[in-house]
Amino acid sequence: MANEVTLTIDGKTVRVPQGTLIVDAAKKIGIDVPVFCYHPKMEPVGMCRMCLVEVGRPVMDRATNQPVLEADGTPRIAFGAKLETACTTPVSEGMVVITQNQKVASARREVLEFLLTSHPLDCPICDKGGECPLQNLTMGYGPAESRFLFEEKMHLAKHVPLGELIYLDRERCIQCARCVRFQKDLVDDPVIGFYQRGRSLEIVTYSEPGFDSYFSGNTTDICPVGALTTADFRFGARPWELKPVASICTHCPVGCNLTFNVRREAASGGKLVIKRAMPRQNELVNEIWICDKGRFAYHFVESPQRLTQPLVRKNGELVPASWEEALEAAAQGLKQAGENLVVLAGGRLSNEDLFNLRKLADAQRGKAILYTHMGGGDLTQQVGLTPGSNLGSLGKGDAVLVIAADLHEEAPIWWMRLKAAAERGAVLVVAGARPTRLERYAAKVMRYRYGEELNIIQSLMDGAVPELSQAENLVVFYGAEGLDLLGTNALAQACATLLYRSGHYGRPNNGLVGVWKEGNAQGAWDMGFHTVGNYTRTLSEAAAVLIAAADPAGDDPLLAQALDRAGFVVVQELFLTETARRADVVFPAQSFAEREGTFTSGERRVQRFYPVIYPVPDCRADFVITAQVARKLGHALEMASPAKVFLQIASEISHYQGLTYPRLAEVEEQWPPVGRSDLYYGGTAYDNRQGMGVALPALCQQQGWQLPMFWNDRLPERTFELAAMNQQGMVWLVPFNRLYDRGTTVKPSQLLEKRMVSAHIALHPETARAVGLSGVEKVQVEGLDGPLPLVLDETLPQGVAFYPRSAGVPALAPRGVKLHAVKAEVQEG
Amino acid sequence: MFKGLLTTLKEWAGKPVTIQYPEEKRPVRTRFKGRHVLKRYENGLEKCIGCSLCAAACPADAIFVEAAENTDEERYSPGERYARVYEINMLRCIFCGFCEDACPTEAIVLGDNYELSFTDRHQSIYTKEMLLEPVPEGGKPTPQQTPPGVYVRAVPAMQDPQD
Ligand code: SF4
Ligand code: SF4
Ligand code: SF4
Ligand code: SF4
Ligand code: FES
Repeated sequence: MANEVTLTIDGKTVRVPQGTLIVDAAKKIGIDVPVFCYHPKMEPVGMCRMCLVEVGRPVMDRATNQPVLEADGTPRIAFGAKLETACTTPVSEGMVVITQNQKVASARREVLEFLLTSHPLDCPICDKGGECPLQNLTMGYGPAESRFLFEEKMHLAKHVPLGELIYLDRERCIQCARCVRFQKDLVDDPVIGFYQRGRSLEIVTYSEPGFDSYFSGNTTDICPVGALTTADFRFGARPWELKPVASICTHCPVGCNLTFNVRREAASGGKLVIKRAMPRQNELVNEIWICDKGRFAYHFVESPQRLTQPLVRKNGELVPASWEEALEAAAQGLKQAGENLVVLAGGRLSNEDLFNLRKLADAQRGKAILYTHMGGGDLTQQVGLTPGSNLGSLGKGDAVLVIAADLHEEAPIWWMRLKAAAERGAVLVVAGARPTRLERYAAKVMRYRYGEELNIIQSLMDGAVPELSQAENLVVFYGAEGLDLLGTNALAQACATLLYRSGHYGRPNNGLVGVWKEGNAQGAWDMGFHTVGNYTRTLSEAAAVLIAAADPAGDDPLLAQALDRAGFVVVQELFLTETARRADVVFPAQSFAEREGTFTSGERRVQRFYPVIYPVPDCRADFVITAQVARKLGHALEMASPAKVFLQIASEISHYQGLTYPRLAEVEEQWPPVGRSDLYYGGTAYDNRQGMGVALPALCQQQGWQLPMFWNDRLPERTFELAAMNQQGMVWLVPFNRLYDRGTTVKPSQLLEKRMVSAHIALHPETARAVGLSGVEKVQVEGLDGPLPLVLDETLPQGVAFYPRSAGVPALAPRGVKLHAVKAEVQEG
Repeated sequence: MFKGLLTTLKEWAGKPVTIQYPEEKRPVRTRFKGRHVLKRYENGLEKCIGCSLCAAACPADAIFVEAAENTDEERYSPGERYARVYEINMLRCIFCGFCEDACPTEAIVLGDNYELSFTDRHQSIYTKEMLLEPVPEGGKPTPQQTPPGVYVRAVPAMQDPQD
């Protein structure tokens, strides 16, 4: 290729693309150039001078512009008088690089000696000790002794919390600015920075709460010393004492690859406990990053509130029972209720659990219903992303549309990757009813009023943004903000039609992605779950309900009433939720950390997770519970192992065909190298040895495929009219997502407590005036218990009231409501 | 034959080598390696900083350490970190002394006590309470309450880490 250059590094010849930096070119052929400030995911800055190497370039004849040759015919090489930084120097044709000689060695030694002048001797207690680039490079290249005086070491503050999540030790910082650059350039949260200069330089945080970023944990991975450490792992264990176990984050549809570090702990009675969650490299999913929810919100699996034994209702009370008793009771109840079992499951379960649940529903001639407020999973199967897609490869000529979703709050790593794609030149179109963080990078922002989402799609079809319709590739992310089930269904249909019309389907980097609330919602659709228009009716009319990993009663008082009217209720859960309290039989389930299984991410990548800790005694995996109930009812379901259930999935569900656990565990070489021997380079993210998963094909790739649900050029019936509603003194009540909510799987992580959103109602000041709520502190929402604090926010659209989802306001889907002021004395009494 | 008898007679007249153990005990050599002791500073604070280096150095995998953070209200050691759990399994220990060598604060020392006997496996696990030496005179037991700003180093400075 024309834009490749050939150079020699330590006598080895290598061909790399033009513009490659020497340090990367060397790494590609396995030559380590030690670095501190350089990171392969960030622009070089040349701040630490650790990467100095000797560089020679061929001498050119000015007259002929040809290389000058030596007597023996080889080109003459001129070496610079000084060493050059390998991290900022791009390669050039004929370059000769020497990384191993006396001059380079002494430069490295001296840089290290300077870095260590005031470095404390903290290694024995430092959380980074054992996986510390400074430690390792000092062992490899540093001086054995310092010529500086011990007494003259600079002493700085050693215990500086930058907020509750990240601690700073000022003495250990080597001022490489990796953390500052990550926050500023990669995630655009410039909440930390350098203050002062020279030896007094320190990292400070400007935000309140400190280090207010959803990505802060990543800085502890790339900090080349122990200056930044997490509160979660503080003094938790030494890195070499930890065992790594591969897992998948379940908190959002991105499906980030994780490694849990576990250790036996005396304080927990000798049990295996999770000491920390770390990113596991998957360049197709999360690269080497995870958000702080993935890193810190895993504590629910170890919560003491977990259910530990089956419960059976006797004389109106739920009392502990043996498994045999509970299974028998469940089977009896279901048998008496006859057929038409309603199975209601949440998208937190694994594919294997959902498959067995659906099989049970089929066997009982019932319905398998996904508990969600968002539809369209059937369409993402049809025109979803195809194998070979990678958000990290989107750039010039490609386009992305995000509609009705706030990715920064709902799927932070997608947000980060789309931001990067926009910066690489992809056309990003963000359509939303209110401003979101992603809009900063958008080529075009399209604002609509709630209820008018489809107009946007219509205008795009009419060519409102030509860069989008004419783009080489187009990915559409649709969410559910301000929409109910019908609304999202219509939106998904419209988006699918948009993709279909412009031919953006069936090829890599094209297709529809659902921004689900739960990690495995896509898997639930794939396993054969569907939605129903009216959960209240479905539940109240059911003779028997089996609910797994869903808490309708806790989410909505109407659903709670419906559940009370339902016949026999069986619940499989981790916690004693509102729903479980209303059940006739409750089975304690295992969390994802105690067992094996697979999840399907929003991008439709099937990924494996492994058993991390020992199961809580007497809890069983969901697919086993379901199969055992089924057996009592006379149906044989697979329960021997998740791998066997998965084989059934692969044989029965067409797009899972050919998949097996070993295939999901396959890995490939990834760039940049991270982990173990490359700590100094990519950071402490774990390298991926346990599987990168497999992307599912989209149904539209099959021959002769047609879009089954065509959206006619006409706008479907609008679900509501905002203006008309406002005229009646009502507002559209919209739940919005916040990363740190108070859901079942987030709340037990005490560390995040301060940052969790609390229940409130937010209004535009104009709207507050219009409905007579100005100057009011608390409001009562019609149909809900208890008053809620009122917050005014000018950035919000008018005529709408917002409340955070899963934060204790019991309402699931948006609806029109009346708001009333609550007088102070009322709420006191 | 007389020569042999002479030796016997000589030994008979000399001091007996047997001692009346356990009433009487032979002093151990200076380099004897017996049961470990966790040392304290003069003020009673523990020397151990919970770094687990002894556990890492131990060829028999006999040591188990779990660390936690000191605060001025509840201080165990002068540094930032202390051993919340410190256990040595004496059945595994081979008394090599590597832990003593590895320790950055000279906290773990192999002592003189060689009288280790157990009637069950669990008894062979010596906990931190059993290993810690008594509080020296003038010192206070741990945890101590300490004034802020005194113990600000992550690892207490050593006089001479060489020795
Ligand atoms: S940052 Fe590295 S070198 Fe410094 S104390 Fe920690 S482990 Fe040791
Ligand atoms: S805190 Fe770490 S990453 Fe940040 S400048 Fe200091 S050494 Fe570099
Ligand atoms: S982005 Fe989503 S999947 Fe990834 S770590 Fe965060 S919550 Fe988990
Ligand atoms: S005894 Fe010494 S080496 Fe062992 S944990 Fe304590 S301070 Fe570290
Ligand atoms: S100057 Fe090149 S790595 Fe820091």
